[in-house]
Amino acid sequence: MSKEVIKIENLSKQYRLGVIGTGTLSHDLNRWWHKTRGKPDPYLRLGEENKRDTPGTTGYVWALRNINFSVNQGDTLGIIGKNGAGKSTLLKILSRVTGPTTGSFKVKGRIASLLEVGTGFHQELTGRENIFVNGAILGMTKTEIKKKLDEIIEFSGIERYIDTPAKRYSSGMYVRLAFAVAAHLEAEILIADEVLAVGDAEFQKKCLGKMKDMGQAGRTVIFVSHNMAAVKQLCSQCVWINRGEIDSIGATDDIILNYTKMSGGNKENSLVDIKRKGIGEIKFSKIDVYPVNEGAVIKSGDGIKFEVYYDTLRMKEEDNYDFVIGIWNSAGTPLLMMTNMYLNQTIKLTKLSGKIIFSIDKLPLNKGTYTINLRLLKNGLEMDFIEEAYCFEVENGNYFNHNVFYPEHYQGIYTNFTISQ
Amino acid sequence: MQEKDTEHWDIVVEGGKSKFSFDFKEIWQYRDLITLFAKRDIATVYNQTILGPVWFFIQPLLTSILFIFFSSVAKIKTDPIPGMLFYLSGLCIWGYFTSCINNTSNTFIANAQIFGKVYFPRIVMPVSKILSGLFIFTAQFALFLLFLLFWIFFKGFQFHFSPYLLLIPYLLFVLAGISLGLGIIISSLTTKYRDLSFLVAFGVQLLQFLAPVMYPLSMATGKKHYVVLANPITGIIENFRFAFFQVGSFHWKYLAYSTGFMFVCLFVGLLMFNRIAKNFMDTV
Repeated sequence: MSKEVIKIENLSKQYRLGVIGTGTLSHDLNRWWHKTRGKPDPYLRLGEENKRDTPGTTGYVWALRNINFSVNQGDTLGIIGKNGAGKSTLLKILSRVTGPTTGSFKVKGRIASLLEVGTGFHQELTGRENIFVNGAILGMTKTEIKKKLDEIIEFSGIERYIDTPAKRYSSGMYVRLAFAVAAHLEAEILIADEVLAVGDAEFQKKCLGKMKDMGQAGRTVIFVSHNMAAVKQLCSQCVWINRGEIDSIGATDDIILNYTKMSGGNKENSLVDIKRKGIGEIKFSKIDVYPVNEGAVIKSGDGIKFEVYYDTLRMKEEDNYDFVIGIWNSAGTPLLMMTNMYLNQTIKLTKLSGKIIFSIDKLPLNKGTYTINLRLLKNGLEMDFIEEAYCFEVENGNYFNHNVFYPEHYQGIYTNFTISQ
Repeated sequence: MQEKDTEHWDIVVEGGKSKFSFDFKEIWQYRDLITLFAKRDIATVYNQTILGPVWFFIQPLLTSILFIFFSSVAKIKTDPIPGMLFYLSGLCIWGYFTSCINNTSNTFIANAQIFGKVYFPRIVMPVSKILSGLFIFTAQFALFLLFLLFWIFFKGFQFHFSPYLLLIPYLLFVLAGISLGLGIIISSLTTKYRDLSFLVAFGVQLLQFLAPVMYPLSMATGKKHYVVLANPITGIIENFRFAFFQVGSFHWKYLAYSTGFMFVCLFVGLLMFNRIAKNFMDTV
C-alpha cells in the first residue's frame, strides 16, 4: 500500500501588497500589540481573494487559502493554474523557502527543489564545485555526491563547461545542470517549478523521462507547468489551483479537461469581458469545446462539438444571423472556417439568449494548440467579432483508424483520401 | 487512524507559531555545506586581485604603524609591551570581531537570491562566515607571532611560556560566539526595516575606541574604566595580551562577563534569527 509522504492541512499564505515603509510599521506595531494581549492578528481577518486583475482595498491578499491535500509515495503530482494562482507560492512553502501564515504541512523524507532557473548556484564557482555545493544544500555528504558525480555530469550534457564558472553559463546550461543535480541526488521528493521551459526540446524530453522513472522507483515528484502536454505525459494526479484555492484534485486527464474548458489555456471560456469589435447588438457570451465521446481530451479523428452562446437585448423574427468559427494554429495560420453560409443554411433566433452548436464528425486537426476566432453577423452587418476567443488542445488520435500519426513536429491537418491504380 | 498519529514525519512546518526550537542535529548534518561555503568565501577573496592574500597582512601592519605614530603623538604608553606587538595583538582580535559582524549582519539581504530558491538551515550561512573569518584571523595571528619571534630574537624581548596560552582557543571561541550572536541579531533586525544597517558599519568602527585596542585598559581610569569594561571584547583582548606578555593579571571576572554575554547574545540571536528565517523572503 502506498503511504502518505506529504500532508498539507489548512495551509494559507497571506501577503502584504505594496512597498515596505513607515505604513507597514504601524501595522506591525498594531499586530504586536494584539499579540501581547493574546488576541489574534487583526490583519488575518482582512485579505482578499487572489484575483490578479482587479484592484484590492485592504492591501492584503491571500495567495493561498485553506489548501488541503496529501501526496502518496511514488505519485507524480501536477499542479496547474493560471499565472498568479498560487502555484509557485505553494511550492515555495513546501520547499521551506518561506513559511505558511496559518496551517501546516508534514513531509517524510528529503526534498529537492528546483524553483526557477539556477537553483542556488554560485556564480564564481565552477559547475563541478556547484554540484558539490548543491548536493550539500540538499544535505548530502561529500562521498555521496562523489559517487554520483559522473552520472550527473553525463546527464546534464555539459561536460565541456563543467570546469568553467557558472557565471559564464547560458540559461539552458544552468537548467541542465540544476536538474541533473536535483534528479540524481537521493532526495525522496522532487519539486520542479516551470524549470523545463528553458531547456530545449531534447532535454525537456529527457527530464520528463527521468521524472517518470523517479516516480516508478518510488520517489515522489511534484511538477508545476503551463505545458499541459507535459503534465499529461508525466502526472497521474493533478491539483488545479484557482485564485489561491484548490478548484479540484483528481486524475490528470479529468482535471486538465476541466481546466482547459474553463480557462481556455490562458483565457476564460466566458466571452463577456473580452476584447472585441462590432456593433454589439448581439454578442457571444460563452464558448465550449468538447469531444462527443465522454473522453478527457480532444483527439484527432474524434467527434467534436463547439457550442457558442449568444446574448442579445432585442430581436425581430425576420432577422437573419450568420455565425462564423475560424480555427487557427499556434503559428497563426488559418486552418478551418465553419459557418452556416457554407451550408446554405439561414439561422433565425427565437430566444434572447441561447446557443448554436457546430459539430465535426471527424476532427482533422493534428496534435497541438489551436485558437478560435468568432464572428457574428446580423443581416450582413458585423455585430460581434472576437479574435483569439478561445484556445483548445488536440492530442494525437486515431484519425486513420490504425494507430498511425503524423510525425511529431508536422503541423498539417488530416484529411480522408483514397489511393488507386 | 490512530496509527497515523504516531507516524514519523521528517519535516513538520506550522504557520503562525514562533516558539523557540533549534535543531542542532540539523546543523551537524549540514557540516559539509558550512565548510564548502567557508572555502568558497576564502577562495573568492583572492579573485581578481594581484596581491591576493597579502592584503590580509597589509591591513593590520599599516594600522599598527599608524597607531604607533598616533600613540607617540597622543603620548599613549604601551609599556612594557613593545608598541608593534601591543597593536598587532589588539588588531588581530578586533579585526576578527569586525569582519565577523560585517559579514554576518547582512546574512538575509546578501543571500536573498539563494535563500529564495532552496532550503537549508539559514544559520549555516553566518556560521560559515565565522569560520572563513577564522582563516583570516589565523593569517593575521601568524603575522603577530612572526613579529613576536623577531622581538624575542633580535630585540631581546623577554618571553615566558604561560599556562594561560592554553586558554587562547577558548578566548577565540567566546569571541566567535559573541560575533555570531550580535551578527544574527543585527541581520534579523535589518531584514524588514533597514535603518539599523546604516548604524552597524560605522558603529563597529566607533566601538573600537571603547576597547583597549589603541590604548591599554589601565589608561582608562575612574568611570571611563567601566565604560571600556562594558565592552565584552575588552576582556578578551586584555586576557589575550596577558597570555603573551604577563602584564597585570589574568582577569577571570572579565572572561566570565564575556562568556555570559556570549550566551545571552547567542540565545537572543538564535531566537530572533529562527523567527525571521521562516518568512523573511516575503519582506526582504
